Amino acid sequence: MASRSLNQRSLAPWLFLAPGLAMFIVYVIWPIGESLLLSLYDWDGLYNREGEFTGRFVGLANFEELWSDPAFVTSLVNNVIWLALYLLAVPAGLLIAVFLNQSVRGIRLYKSLFFFPFVISQVVVGLIFSWFYAPNFGLFYMIIEWVTGQGVAILAEEKYVTYGIIAAGLWPQIAYVMILYLTGLNNVAPDQVEAARLDGAKGWRMLWYVILPQLRPATFIAVVVTVIGALRSFDLVSIMTTGGPFGSSRVLSFYMYEQALSEYGYRMGYGAAIAVVLFGIMMIFISGFIWKMWRDETER
Amino acid sequence: MFPRPIEQTAPAIQWMYKIALPAALILWLLPLIGVAVTSVRPASDLAQGNYFGIPSYLAFENYADVFRNTPMGRYILNSFIVTIPTVIGAVALSLMTGFALAVYNFRGNLILFFMFVAGNFVPFQILMVPVRDLTLNLGMYNSYHGLALFHIAFQTGFCTLFMRNFIKALPYELIEAARVEGVAEWRIFWFIVLPLMRPAIAALSVLVFTFIWNDFFWATVLTSSPEAQPITAGLSSLNGQWVSAWHLVSAGSILAALPPVLMFFLMQKHFIAGLTLGAVK
Repeated sequence: MASRSLNQRSLAPWLFLAPGLAMFIVYVIWPIGESLLLSLYDWDGLYNREGEFTGRFVGLANFEELWSDPAFVTSLVNNVIWLALYLLAVPAGLLIAVFLNQSVRGIRLYKSLFFFPFVISQVVVGLIFSWFYAPNFGLFYMIIEWVTGQGVAILAEEKYVTYGIIAAGLWPQIAYVMILYLTGLNNVAPDQVEAARLDGAKGWRMLWYVILPQLRPATFIAVVVTVIGALRSFDLVSIMTTGGPFGSSRVLSFYMYEQALSEYGYRMGYGAAIAVVLFGIMMIFISGFIWKMWRDETER
Repeated sequence: MFPRPIEQTAPAIQWMYKIALPAALILWLLPLIGVAVTSVRPASDLAQGNYFGIPSYLAFENYADVFRNTPMGRYILNSFIVTIPTVIGAVALSLMTGFALAVYNFRGNLILFFMFVAGNFVPFQILMVPVRDLTLNLGMYNSYHGLALFHIAFQTGFCTLFMRNFIKALPYELIEAARVEGVAEWRIFWFIVLPLMRPAIAALSVLVFTFIWNDFFWATVLTSSPEAQPITAGLSSLNGQWVSAWHLVSAGSILAALPPVLMFFLMQKHFIAGLTLGAVK
């Protein structure tokens, strides 16, 4: 009897895991391996009549080509700009959360409405901001024209286009960070705040020395989702500019898509090489998160 | 409470706060308000340059136009047909994986758990070519199930993280007591753990619904025509045809935004509970 239940207990987890794990391996883990391999090939995505793979092994040639490809360099630089500016969502979200963390009448509705942009699809956010920036009648264009006497068509200017798209991306991202911090602020220990207040702490010093240390879990998640969000940016670029003008607003995720699946021809291997670079960059951050989670798990 | 409750401050500050609150909100939602107003602005207003004034009348015909002249109805239906099975599939699979990873101590448990977590963060592009190829080879390109199957598999990563942590927080004594009574493992899952999972199931369902409804990348990679395209991909191709017919673009945008927004307002508590999991210790 005892051995039967023990047996059952060693088999059970694998039976419970099987369907989910199988799906995840087929659609996520295995494709990662395939892409890594594919980045060493030159392949147009086709099979010959016998159904055989027609790719040609080229070693690291795809990666060598990347470094002399100006479009790749532009995309990489834009990704760095995205990452740096996207992180502004963390302090901005904290600011709004502190502003809204009150209990006046109707505040719950205010909080929900401030959170609104996050619920909306990025496609819609992109369209909304395209309209906002539209030359001659867009609200933003008109405001700039009114202030400086000269309107700026943000999405048509190589100098500004990436910043314009990032601003659109920050809108929902700040809302997300805000909700994380609102939840965090809700759980700040009141006795510590009161004690600090009696010691004369207030304002910025209170926030920095008493509140922020208690918000650390919220900050960690906010940074994780913001970094991932910045590097994943695809929808907004695709909707607002399709990488233009003259490819100046491309990011790696979008350039990869262009190379592998659009009019540039079906350069699957080269596309995979771009994806591998992006994957490598993201793995640096992912390993960091996992390492921290691992430490928390094994400490317990 | 931080910051100091506004009721304890000087009356002047309280007044300022009462004014600042709606002002900040309007400023924050300005682009959205603009689009919402444009969606009911008659085309004639736009032609005459009335972009910001009061619309000369409420042109709900813009919405009727969108439905009549484009496959918008079909796109919306497609989105539901892809999204709902994905929610059910991902939640069902992750209930099981989460249970396995939370309750059993076996070799490789943590490694598998972190594989799910890490997989959930990878860039979509590293999966794109093989997943598209696989879908094509299985004859599922440009179909509902082709798109839904991928979504179920990918969402299982995030959902497993969520479910595992939720089950881990349940009192373990419940399970031990049942084992002492000789209850079979699958009965423990079904009769003891599952009934306690209701809040987690609700939270994940609204979150996954929103994620999948809003997905654009996989919709463009795995579908190509109005027979299977969900609304995000549909809206993007309509945007190309509607070159600056902003009253139509706006109406389409509002339609695409509506279901997740309704979902959020109806299930707000669950939505936020799901999103902020782990934001507090």
